[in-house]
Amino acid sequence: GGDTPRMGHFNSSLEDHTRDHGFFGYVGIEAVLDQMRHKAMKTGFEFNVMVVGQSGLGKSTLMNTLFKSKVSRKSCTPDYEEKIHKTVHLQSVSHVIEEKGVKMKLTIIDTPGFGDQINNENCWDPIEKYINVQYEEYLKEELSINRKRRIPDTRVHCCVYFLPPSGHWLRPIDVEFMKRLGKIVNIVPVIAKADTLTIEERLEFRDRIKRDLEAYEISVYPQKEYDQDVEDQILNDKIREKIPFAVVGTDKEHQVNGNKILGRKTKWGIIEVENVAHCEFSDLRDLLIRSHLQDLKDITHNIHYETYRVRRLNEIKMNGIGLSPLMLVNSGSEKDDAGNHV
Amino acid sequence: MTPGDKGSSCQGQFTNPETPGYVGFANLPNQVHRKSVKKGFEFTLMVVGESGLGKSTLINSLFLTDLYPERIIPGAAEKIERTVQIEASTVEIEERGVKLRLTVVDTPGYGDAINSQDCFSTIIAYIDDQFERYLHDESGLNRRHIVDNRVHCCFYFISPLGHGLKPLDVQFMKAIHNKVNVVPVIAKADTLTLRERERLKRRILDEIDEHGIKIYHLPDAESDEDEDFKEQTRILKASIPFAVVGSNQQIEAKGKKVRGRLYPWGVVEVENPEHNDFLKLRTMLITHMQDLQEVTQDLHYENFRSERLKRGGRLSSHGYILPLSPAKGSDPEEMDKDMILQEKEAELRRMQEMIAKMQAQMQKQGEGDGDGQHM
Repeated sequence: GGDTPRMGHFNSSLEDHTRDHGFFGYVGIEAVLDQMRHKAMKTGFEFNVMVVGQSGLGKSTLMNTLFKSKVSRKSCTPDYEEKIHKTVHLQSVSHVIEEKGVKMKLTIIDTPGFGDQINNENCWDPIEKYINVQYEEYLKEELSINRKRRIPDTRVHCCVYFLPPSGHWLRPIDVEFMKRLGKIVNIVPVIAKADTLTIEERLEFRDRIKRDLEAYEISVYPQKEYDQDVEDQILNDKIREKIPFAVVGTDKEHQVNGNKILGRKTKWGIIEVENVAHCEFSDLRDLLIRSHLQDLKDITHNIHYETYRVRRLNEIKMNGIGLSPLMLVNSGSEKDDAGNHV
Repeated sequence: MTPGDKGSSCQGQFTNPETPGYVGFANLPNQVHRKSVKKGFEFTLMVVGESGLGKSTLINSLFLTDLYPERIIPGAAEKIERTVQIEASTVEIEERGVKLRLTVVDTPGYGDAINSQDCFSTIIAYIDDQFERYLHDESGLNRRHIVDNRVHCCFYFISPLGHGLKPLDVQFMKAIHNKVNVVPVIAKADTLTLRERERLKRRILDEIDEHGIKIYHLPDAESDEDEDFKEQTRILKASIPFAVVGSNQQIEAKGKKVRGRLYPWGVVEVENPEHNDFLKLRTMLITHMQDLQEVTQDLHYENFRSERLKRGGRLSSHGYILPLSPAKGSDPEEMDKDMILQEKEAELRRMQEMIAKMQAQMQKQGEGDGDGQHM
């Protein structure tokens, strides 16, 4: 919309306008971009976030705080029970949230049971499998003869990995998980419940983690090799400096200086979640939502998914298994591990 | 939406950035915008029509460039045996940091020969070829830099001299309307009075209806668009087919220089909406560039793709049934034989694979059930 009508006045000289406004003249390049924006807003966006970490690290609370809604499974299941699961379960919950006319279908995938057992060997397997299954579903649809106009996107765009605020180093389970999963999904590690650390302790912890990440060659978002240009690199370097973000989550509001703010009230003071002097929640929110949401999706689609696709197509070549469209049209009798029809 | 705890709703009312409920993903369209600006656009426009209808002049007027600087107009003798050529020229336009790579595909020779029976097979082959290439790229292993050369829009020029569509016009449009967005244009509209123009437009629309020709339909303005845009869309829709005049010359008229045609009885101004629909055509093209691309991708290309995959083809190196790559410059008859042979081989291989797989499965299950797959 705006003040000037988008339609050109059919009376003015094309050349005058072209001189002033360039090729698109009075119609303006905005007309093309406006269409795109309008269409994008109408169709809405999908965003899928996975949260991984031991029980009690505040994963659900953090998600609720990020999206200012009770979006986690915990909040939306009436008879939810806090219990340690014997195996790693993956459960997802979707909500459609709207802001200023922009609709987003947000899906949070929870992974209760991760890291909670005595023996946590291979606890990352179900997670790895889930991520790959989403890629496979997308690939199947993309290859089929009569494919949907908009392929439903259930791929995990971002995996937030919660590190307990020990203050020491990365634990073996952290290294294993991030090393493996960093290859197939965007990992954003965060230091959970950071209000147990002082600022100095936080900085030291972060340095140690960064050194560990480098030493173990763990790939976290934003990955250096995917910076598109100098502009991106500068922006992302700043982010890489601050990773992992030390976060605190809450859904409680308190009065501070006459304003209502989100915070945790203790006897020694109120920890203000959105105060950058207290914790880095705002940085995380800005990264995930305000500035890099689309980029997270693009990297997932253009890099991680493509990598998966190439691997699969090569597998097909080697095994001669027909993933041909003919077979896809006739498929429907594939079974998953549990023996249930997919 | 599943409600949360009793008392609080799952969804806040997000109104403006200052409210505590603001999350910030309303910024998402801007993120997308920024990326599109960086990436730029590609658009391919095809122009089809008999010689002498002013296509090249119109294209030059439309894009204010001279895409045909050294043009030699062939005489009749040369035209007799001429087949249709395909000539593509690309121009890069940048504005406000947004890059547009515009390709115009001209089709000289169309309708020139005495017998124009087969003059559009080259054109159709070209359109299909671009689809084929895109399908091939899209199916490949490295998809990072796919170039989209598919034809997004075809301006079809209709002569103003007849009483409507000619048989060739009908045949051609019916042959391509399922492959490309067709925008009919009445050329050299200054040969008609306003009344004649309206009559001709109505006649053409009737004939389009009668013959079941599917031309590109502008999408209706959404209910939440502003009034001006809605009005613009209404006017554009009502003016189809656009009756246009093109010119490469600047004429002095009413004290200023305008693009136009100088006659003893007056000046026809290209950019004057009362004189012709040139500006409307231009506006339509620019404001609907995105939609034209989408319809090409979602409708025409997908149709091509499903037909192509159903037909099948050579089994590619990575086991996926790829469409046959276009063989350039080979003898069509030879190629057919090759194609048939390859197809037969592929078919055999496929069947063998299926049998092998079925046998393996049967061994596993120990049952004689074919699991839904059939030969």
